[in-house]
Parts: sequence; C-alpha cells; structure tokens
Amino acid sequence: MCLGIPGRIVEVRQSEGLPMGVVDFGGVRREVCLSYVADEIKVGDYAIVHVGFAISKVDEAEAKRTFDVLREMSQLDELEWLKDLAP
Amino acid sequence: MKYLSEYRDPAMARALVTEIRRSATRRWVLMEVCGGQTHTIVKQGLDELLGESIEMVHGPGCPVCVTPLEQIDKALALAARPDVIFTSFGDMLRVPGSDCDLLQIRARGGAVRIVYSPLDALELARKNPDKQVVFFAVGFETTAPANAMAVWRARELGVENFSVLVSHVTVPPAMTALLEAPDNRVQGFLAAGHVCTIMGWTEYEPIAAKYRVPIVVTGFEPLDILEGMLLAVRQLEAGRHEVENQYVRAVRRDGNQPAQDLVTRVFELVDRNWRGIGPIPRSGLGIREEFAEFDAERRFALDQIRTAEPTMCRAGDVLRGVLKPFDCPAFGALCTPEHPLGAPMVSSEGACAAYYNYGRFRAGSAV
Amino acid sequence: MTTIVCPTPLTDIARVQLGHGSGGKLSAALVRERFLPHFDNPILAQLGDAAIVEVAGQQLAMSTDTFVVQPLEFPGGNIGSLAVHGTVNDLAMMGARPEWMSAAFVLEEGLPLDVLDRIVQAMAEAARAANVLLVTGDTKVVERGKADGVFINTTGLGKRWPDFAPGPTRAQPGDAVIVSGPIGRHGIAIMSAREGIAFDTELRSDSAALTPLVELLRSRVGDAVHTLRDPTRGGVASALNEIAAASRIGVELDEAVLPVPAPVAAACEMLGFDPLYVANEGVLVAFVAEHQAGAAVQALQRHALGRAATRIGRCVRDHAGLVVLKTGVGGHRVVDMLPGDQLPRIC
Repeated sequence: MCLGIPGRIVEVRQSEGLPMGVVDFGGVRREVCLSYVADEIKVGDYAIVHVGFAISKVDEAEAKRTFDVLREMSQLDELEWLKDLAP
Repeated sequence: MKYLSEYRDPAMARALVTEIRRSATRRWVLMEVCGGQTHTIVKQGLDELLGESIEMVHGPGCPVCVTPLEQIDKALALAARPDVIFTSFGDMLRVPGSDCDLLQIRARGGAVRIVYSPLDALELARKNPDKQVVFFAVGFETTAPANAMAVWRARELGVENFSVLVSHVTVPPAMTALLEAPDNRVQGFLAAGHVCTIMGWTEYEPIAAKYRVPIVVTGFEPLDILEGMLLAVRQLEAGRHEVENQYVRAVRRDGNQPAQDLVTRVFELVDRNWRGIGPIPRSGLGIREEFAEFDAERRFALDQIRTAEPTMCRAGDVLRGVLKPFDCPAFGALCTPEHPLGAPMVSSEGACAAYYNYGRFRAGSAV
Repeated sequence: MTTIVCPTPLTDIARVQLGHGSGGKLSAALVRERFLPHFDNPILAQLGDAAIVEVAGQQLAMSTDTFVVQPLEFPGGNIGSLAVHGTVNDLAMMGARPEWMSAAFVLEEGLPLDVLDRIVQAMAEAARAANVLLVTGDTKVVERGKADGVFINTTGLGKRWPDFAPGPTRAQPGDAVIVSGPIGRHGIAIMSAREGIAFDTELRSDSAALTPLVELLRSRVGDAVHTLRDPTRGGVASALNEIAAASRIGVELDEAVLPVPAPVAAACEMLGFDPLYVANEGVLVAFVAEHQAGAAVQALQRHALGRAATRIGRCVRDHAGLVVLKTGVGGHRVVDMLPGDQLPRIC
C-alpha cells in the first residue's frame, strides 16, 4: 500500500480551507493535499506523496549523509575489485 | 527524478550485494512486508542478484491479497446498485469476490470508476448530487490518513451523498500472527517504509524484543531494499534484534502526528477477518460512531451478503501433482514445495506475474 | 498457520470486459477462442498487422481498425489523425506502401459539428501528408449515449514492395531488436488529458505515419528486416510477446537503453505504470538481421521520426516465446503480456 513518490513543492495555496499545493515530479505536476505536512514545508522542499497526499517532508540533509556513506562504500568496493585485477 | 533515480544506481547496488554476501555467514531468511517492496525486488531482479546469500520470503503487504473477502463482496453489491457510483483505487478492480470482480460488475452495467486520490471521489460526489458516491477505502496505515481526510472533508463541506466502504488493515498484528505461527522461518523483517512514515516505528519495538527479530524500516528503491537487507543481516550476525531505520529521508521515530491524529479521530481499531488467515483481533480500522453517516456499511443494507470462501489453496494441487510448481502462483514466496502455503502475493500483472514467470524462466520451460 | 489463500484473478467470464480491448492476454484469448474458430483460413491465420492477399501476381496488404479513443482531441492530434496514422502504419508494417483507405463514421447524436470539422480536417491533412487517398466512406448516427462522440472504422489498402516481406513469423535468433523512437508518449498524453495531470512542457502524442521510416529501412537494408510492428495498445511489451510467440524465439531486452522520455518516466512513476506497456502511435519495432542492425539504426536516424532510434535487445534461441529484460541493476525479469489494461496502483 505504499506507492509514494518524492516530488518538489512548487506552489502552496488554500482550497476551501484545506492546504493544497502543486508538486513537481520530475517534470510532471499534480495537485496534492499538503494538510499533513503544512507546518513543516515551504515551496522548494521535497515531500513523499501517496494517493494525492504529502505524507512526509524529505529530510534532504539525512538523505545526503546516508547516500554519501553508500557511495563511499561502493567506491571502496570498486577499488578492491581493481586490486584483485592488478597483476 | 530526484530522491528516486539515484537510488537505482547499478554500481552502488552491486556494492551493497557484495557487502551482504560478505557479511552473511549463513543463509538468513528475511521478509519484506510491503507489496511495493516486493514489486521492486521482482521488477529489478534483486533476488537474482542476491543468489543464495539471502532467502527472501514475500510478506502479506498487498491489498489484492489481504482485503477480507466479505469487504470485496460488499463492494460488489454496492457497485451493482443503479444509484451508486463506486470509486476505487486501480489495484482493487481485479480482486475476485465470492463470485465475480469489480470489472465484471462494470461489464454488467455498474458505474465503477478508478480514482487516484480519495479527494477525487469526494469531488465526484459534489459533481453528481443525484447519485450516491461510495469510495472503497482500502489499504494499510499509509492510506488511512488520506481516507480519513475524505470523510472529514465530507462532513465539513456537507457532502451528504458520499460514503466510504472501509477495509483498512494494520501491519503489526499481521507480523505478530506470522511470528506466532509454529512453522515460521522468517528471521528478520524489512518493515514497510511508507506505513512507518505515518506511524513511526515505536510499535515495532515490542515485537522485535519479544520475538527477537531485527526489524529494519526500509524504503522502496533498489538501494533502499539492499541497504535494509544489509542492516538486517548485520544485526543477525551480531545477535542483535532491534528496530532500525534505513529510510531516514522519509521516516521519523514518531511518524506523522497530524496524520495519526486525524486517523484516530475518524477511525477506531476493529477486528478483521484477513483473507486466508482468518480473524485477527484489533487488526483493522472501522469508522467511529461520530462519523457513522459516512460509513457505507451503515448507510446501505449490506446484511444479505453471503460470503463463500473460494476453493482451496493451490498448494494442494501442487502436492497432488495436478499443478507444476512453477505454474502455481504460490511458488517461491511463502510457499515452496517443501512448505506449501498459499502465496501472499497474487496479481496476474506487474511484479507478481513477473515473479511467477521468472520462476518459469528459471525452470527453462518455453511457452 | 492457516494457509494464506491466493485470490487469483477470475478468468472464467461470461461477458465482454474493457480488458478484452487492451491488446493483452484477454484480447488474444478473445480472438483465438471466439473469432478464429469461425473464420479459419490461411490468410487470417497469419495474424499480422495487415492481411496479405494476391491479385494478378501483385501482393496487396489489407488492414482494418476501429478508433475509439477518448478524449477525441488530445495534445498531438485527434481521433481523425490517429485513424489515418494507425491505418497507414498497419500496412507499412507488412511491407506495403499505403495508397487507399476507407473511413466509416459512427457519430453520436449531439456531437458538436465544429468538433467533427476539426476531426475531419486533421484526417485530411494526415492523409495528404501520408500520400493516401480516402476513396470511400460511410456515416451512421446513433442515439445519444451510444457512441462516445465518434467512432471511426477504417480499411487500408496498399501494394507490397517487391522483395520486402516482413512478417510476425520471420524473426530469427540473432536478430537485433530496434525501436525507432522514444516510447510511452501516446498513452501518457491520453492519460494526462483524461486525468488532469499537467506537464512542464506539454507531452504530446507521437501519432505519426511511419511509412517514411519503413521506406528508409527497405532501401538501406532490404530483406534483412524480418519483422516490423507498431506497438500500439499494450505497448512495446505486448508487441514483442506476440512476435516472440509467432516466431517461436526468445527476446532479451536491456532496460538501461530503453528510450523513455523523462516526462513519460515521471508520469509512469506517479501512476505505477511500466512504460513498456504504454501505447505508442508513432514508433515501430524492427527485427533486423544482426549484420545489418547498425545500418538499420543509422537509416532510421536520418529521418525526424527516427532520430532517437536505438537497439534495445536481441532475439535468442532460448526461452522461446518469453521476453526477458535485464534490469537497471543487473537482474532479470520476464516481461509478460498483461491480462488486460494496466491499472494504476497504490501498492
């Protein structure tokens, strides 16, 4: 029950009292309900969107930190493979 | 797409697989709970990359499989009514009830529409005041806040011709039921990342402690799943059994409070009859008395529904030799020729079909 | 533990479903079980995009199609231009130069005449550009509610080029699988028009006549082209499955080189769709003998419609009838035909 896609918030507005916005998913835009992240987000932030609702703000700092760790690990692995190949 | 595409990097995936193989001193049995995670594993062929290092058992995290049969039958009865426009997420249209499915109801003249958001269903109700619009509110905890909002807004805006047929189930009771089974072989879990986005992970801590299983909150892209597996394997190798968060970019320990609040406001815990598993107490969500007018079960008389459990699991056919293992949709999931059970993951399209066909492919058989 | 029972989808159906029209397994079963037994003849049995008949020593290709698209007008065309392109392409895929077509209209009572005008104008323009004459037609009107605005049925006729006979049964192990352009545009353009999804830059249907591409292939590599198909409903996946089954070969694809435009990929992520199953109306798939594959790709790239032509896979002797994809991270999965339409998922 989990198809949640990250998108960038490009517009924030109120629709009949409900916080709504427009989210950009890699060039595709759709209207999204921002009610559950209203306090945390602003235009330019990223959020995870599920069935037309933003359910979480993407923690970009954490994302970068953990991704860098992963990348380092994979580069170390590449070096090891190269060492194995060296005569 | 940012925060999506980079988590599909092939070199980094290979590195994670190498790390997993290096870390595992034996073949651990892991389960990914969520259907979306299974989809990625099958779609990307991750289980093939892992080879013998990990045995992946696919969990019951798919609406197709776990939606109670009686709820499907109620949906079919409502969709067949001439005064009703029945709205649903796409996944549900092909799920069979006791006797047919929503697509067949549509073929017979019922108004059945696919919506992407519960708010779309509400909009439909506002645009069609002369019809009753019913929304099939299915899902795990991830979807409950959206469905709760639809009910909340219906009351706020006074949309009287809107109601929801609720069929929510919650993850922790299902995990517990699996762990309680005497023949359970699962040693570690990848918890459903988006469920935890809403609920946080505190409810998994007692489960990890009681059953001594590591539970890693995991995302949905290949690197997420592989990293989740690595963290689980490291815990198992070290004899730890904690709840750990792989999906840090989206999940916080306490989850999404406003979402939880509205869900608690609109829904309450009820007992649910899980398809194929049977009743699990307090494992589902139902509409509270305060919002009873929006509960399709109370608005429409649905007592005449007769639910007939479908024919026995195919495992029997496999055992009797009527069905070859790779023809059986259950092959390779919870069900193996040694431990035949029904499969939790069935859909004849997408990930699951690909999986079963992959079994066919590995078996070397042609069409 | 109690067994978890698989709710396998029902296949025993007594009525026509929308899925029967989606180009997947249900469609194939409908044709095989309900139509073929009554019309059994060797020409029909070929089940190509067009039928090949012979008149006084000249092979002719004859195709038929009905266009029921909703909405009637969409970014990149309308049901009229689509009708011409679809008809022309079916003939071209069998190695014929399209020359004549018929068009029969079923009009719904209440259709605004200016909508009809735009449809017919687009048809005329498309026919002119494709050098095809509309030589006979018919019009019927049905009551409000019985025809979704307009349905258009066409028949196309063309002369087959000599020494050029692509067909669904001719693909061979070793052949290269080539696609002429980016995939998934038409289906997503339609879906977005229907579902109110907006794009940064508007995503248009790729609807186009493919005859120029076929002519380039023929003149450059001739009979090295074994099979051609335009992957319409059901997408590239369905087309490849049909050919794999008809030719009794396996197909291997490489996910990393599939040309999926970014907006199509993004829309597919949102809806939970796989671009391989999304309809195309201006793309062809070609099975070309390996030694001429490079030349074929270059030939396609010389035309505006084929700029993004690329090799996406090859035919093999193994797993006959199955299409297997090497995934982005290096695993494999089987790309099967869907039973019916691709349904947007939340799971």
